[in-house]
Amino acid sequence: MLKTSPFHPRTAPLVRAQTWRRWSGYQMASAYDPHPDREYAAIRSSAALIDVSPLYKYRIQGKDAVRLLDRTITRDMTKLKPGQVYYTPWCDAEGKVIDDGTVTNLGGGGYRLTSADSSFRWLHMNAVGLEVEIEDISERVGALSIQGPLSRAILSAATGADLSSLKYFRMIETRVRDTPVAVSRTGYTGDLGYEVWVDAARAVELWDALMEAGKPYGITPTGVWGMDIARIEAGLIMLDVDYFSSHHALIESRKSTPYEINLGWAVSPEKGPFNGHRALAAERKRGPAWGFVGLEVDWDSFERLFRARGLPPQIPNIAWRASAPVYRNGAQVGYATSGCWSPILKKSLALAHLRSPHFAPRTAVRLEVTVEHHRKLANAVVRKLPFYDPERKKA
Amino acid sequence: MSIQRYDAIIVGGGHNGLVAAAYLARAGRKTLVLERRPVIGGAAVTEEVFPGFKFSVFSYVVSLLRPEIIRDLDLPKHGLQILPLESTVTPLDNGDYLASWSDPDETRRELSRHSQRDADASSVFGRLMHHMAMAVKPILGMVPPDPASLSPGDLAGLLKLGGHFRSLGPERFHALHKLMTMSSADYLDEWFEFDPLKATKSASGIIGTFLGPRSPGSAYVLLHHHMGEIDGAFRAWGFQKGGTGAISDAIAAAAVAHGAEIRTGAAVERVLVRDGRTTGVALSSGEEIAAGTVVSGLDPRLTFTRLVETKELPSDLIEGVRRYKFRGSSGKVNLALSGLPKFTCMPGEGPHLRGAVSISPSIDYLERAYDDAKYGEFSRNPYMDIVIPSMIDPQMAPPGKHVMSIFVQYAPYHLNGGWTPQKRDAFGDAVVKTLARYAPNIESLILHRQVITPDDIERITGLSEGNIFQGELALQQLFFLRPVPEWAKYRTPIHGYWQCGAGTHPGGGIMGASGRLAALEIVGMQ
Repeated sequence: MLKTSPFHPRTAPLVRAQTWRRWSGYQMASAYDPHPDREYAAIRSSAALIDVSPLYKYRIQGKDAVRLLDRTITRDMTKLKPGQVYYTPWCDAEGKVIDDGTVTNLGGGGYRLTSADSSFRWLHMNAVGLEVEIEDISERVGALSIQGPLSRAILSAATGADLSSLKYFRMIETRVRDTPVAVSRTGYTGDLGYEVWVDAARAVELWDALMEAGKPYGITPTGVWGMDIARIEAGLIMLDVDYFSSHHALIESRKSTPYEINLGWAVSPEKGPFNGHRALAAERKRGPAWGFVGLEVDWDSFERLFRARGLPPQIPNIAWRASAPVYRNGAQVGYATSGCWSPILKKSLALAHLRSPHFAPRTAVRLEVTVEHHRKLANAVVRKLPFYDPERKKA
Repeated sequence: MSIQRYDAIIVGGGHNGLVAAAYLARAGRKTLVLERRPVIGGAAVTEEVFPGFKFSVFSYVVSLLRPEIIRDLDLPKHGLQILPLESTVTPLDNGDYLASWSDPDETRRELSRHSQRDADASSVFGRLMHHMAMAVKPILGMVPPDPASLSPGDLAGLLKLGGHFRSLGPERFHALHKLMTMSSADYLDEWFEFDPLKATKSASGIIGTFLGPRSPGSAYVLLHHHMGEIDGAFRAWGFQKGGTGAISDAIAAAAVAHGAEIRTGAAVERVLVRDGRTTGVALSSGEEIAAGTVVSGLDPRLTFTRLVETKELPSDLIEGVRRYKFRGSSGKVNLALSGLPKFTCMPGEGPHLRGAVSISPSIDYLERAYDDAKYGEFSRNPYMDIVIPSMIDPQMAPPGKHVMSIFVQYAPYHLNGGWTPQKRDAFGDAVVKTLARYAPNIESLILHRQVITPDDIERITGLSEGNIFQGELALQQLFFLRPVPEWAKYRTPIHGYWQCGAGTHPGGGIMGASGRLAALEIVGMQ
């Protein structure tokens, strides 16, 4: 039996086509409408309200909380100020990525770590000998992501707080009506947006208050399909889709270092010892064997493949998650792991792993596409991520 | 006399003029756009008519903006953002409704509520129209070949076209012939039985023309909708964030990024011609600007009889332009609302308020609306296409308030006794009264009302006789006949003087194809 999120009493009646999916053992909406066009549009035009409660969440405190986290993640924990949030991967001893998520300094010596996969055992393994409490608060904390250009106006109206001073990847504690919440300026869409963290027992109150405050601003309950398109445009990687956790990979070649999945920027070369630091230092010197990049499909070549079959170009209206080989000069140089039609860029996009040296921006490659049961190659060009990066995201 | 000299001057900053400017600048031409009004966009403008309320004053949805233009000019980077407009609801006189939703199965079920037969016919009809749209679509991207000509270019174009038609097969070719010749009512009669369905579908065949649903020739325009569906990925049909003015702004930004200059408040008085070739333009301020190429984005009447002296042109061309039909037939009512209308047929704030509401309860209703116009009156009970842009893009109105755009047909340019402020008000009243029959609370919501007649369209945008397509989209003035035979390839008899407006092939709607094809002809890239 799948679990339901604390917002389920409100979201369930809205899922018109019963388009549900599994997400970390929860029953979550793929979309509320039969297809995600309008929900995606809300992320880029007004505001989308997304239930992200299935994220794993841990509260970490105690004298050695910083030591534990610093030894676990690849970023420098000693620099994380109260009210600040890191996005970070964490690795095994070989420098292969286990998972990625956020770490928030809640102040008063408390920290919150979110992850895509369960991290309880790994945190405990790293906590041996440390004075630290690790509490799994996944089910006790509900989380709503409100994303889009009007998200700030809505949250300001709902909280009465001045959110214009809340900078990118910062967090404040405030109230929505009477409900205490934490608001972090984070998200998985690459747009202006916030995540609101609430005691699960009061989740429904929060939903109602945000929906009411958001109504004049076109707030739109949005499922995973809509968010998935936005995250690909934003070049944000997804565990189990774009990469395997080194804890789950059955074979060595399925593992990746942060450098190989475009997260090299989140590895601090200066910080003290942490899981994988030696391996990553060596890799920095050597250069990664793989790059994780964007591919932009050349529309004319794509259209030609379909026209040869008497068809207009056909693109799915949700993002695809499958492995598609990528070729250069007749040889396979990598594979794409997810992709979508970008409604805002009017381009067909993919996220891909390419072998060195084929991942330099503007490299011309060919992506395998299936056209009317036949495997064909469409021209594509390597792009730096993110594909879409509006100023308002950080402004 | 200015010492500035340009390679190309575009007269009129409408969307086609801007597209032409962008392509010319992209090809390295030093290009200047001159717009008479303080805002660019022509009929694709967003204006804050009442404080806090933004309106796509004239053109209000994106119809068929060409994907190649979106790509070539990288319009998304410059602000193109098309939001889905997913449904159409037709309120019926018996209190019921007919709806078309974004989900085909939902639509089918809704239709079968009214006619099981029509629900089944609908998908077969859709497939046939798809194939015909596939065959006809390439026409939108080609310079029209002249079938009376034997030049290699024309023959190549004709062969290409013939190839497309041959690929249709006999059954579909015959259907195409019917589409070209029949009235939309007759054509739809062959397929469907539920009258409101036929009425709502046929409405797309009469928009912007002085035809009724029973007038021969109106069937062809149905195809245009299906062409939009083929380009579905590009959201060829939808609502631009910020209104249609934001599309003009995006195209202008692309043009400027390629080096074009744009001047507003600069009315061109005359195109300067010496020895059969253009030398530039004179502004109404007296300023003269030199250029070897002048491209008119204005309609054929203004292009050939206002901007240049008719003595510069052959008399058969002048006669052709005189015969070219404008006769604007539509008006617009823009409302600022304090809240949302409640439709009797669909109470509550459902998804129907995010789509179009079509006042087209029956073919007879539309034909009677046309009857009024035929005899010089505006329709007492008009056809209306209603959208509430603030439901799709909340930033069009203050939070909680709304803007409503009502496209109205028929409002003949040639009204008995002419348009007066009183007649304009009476027209606005007729529109609101008609709407109130289906949404009784509408009158109590109206904060402000803007009524636009064809006379206003002409006065504000310059479009002759207020025709929104720069001349009727009727078969006798389409393709190699648009605007006049032998001058359908963007050229004019004056060397260096070109046309790029919707009065040329393929014309009409925010498509941009005329501007692009003209520019490509000018730089010789075709």
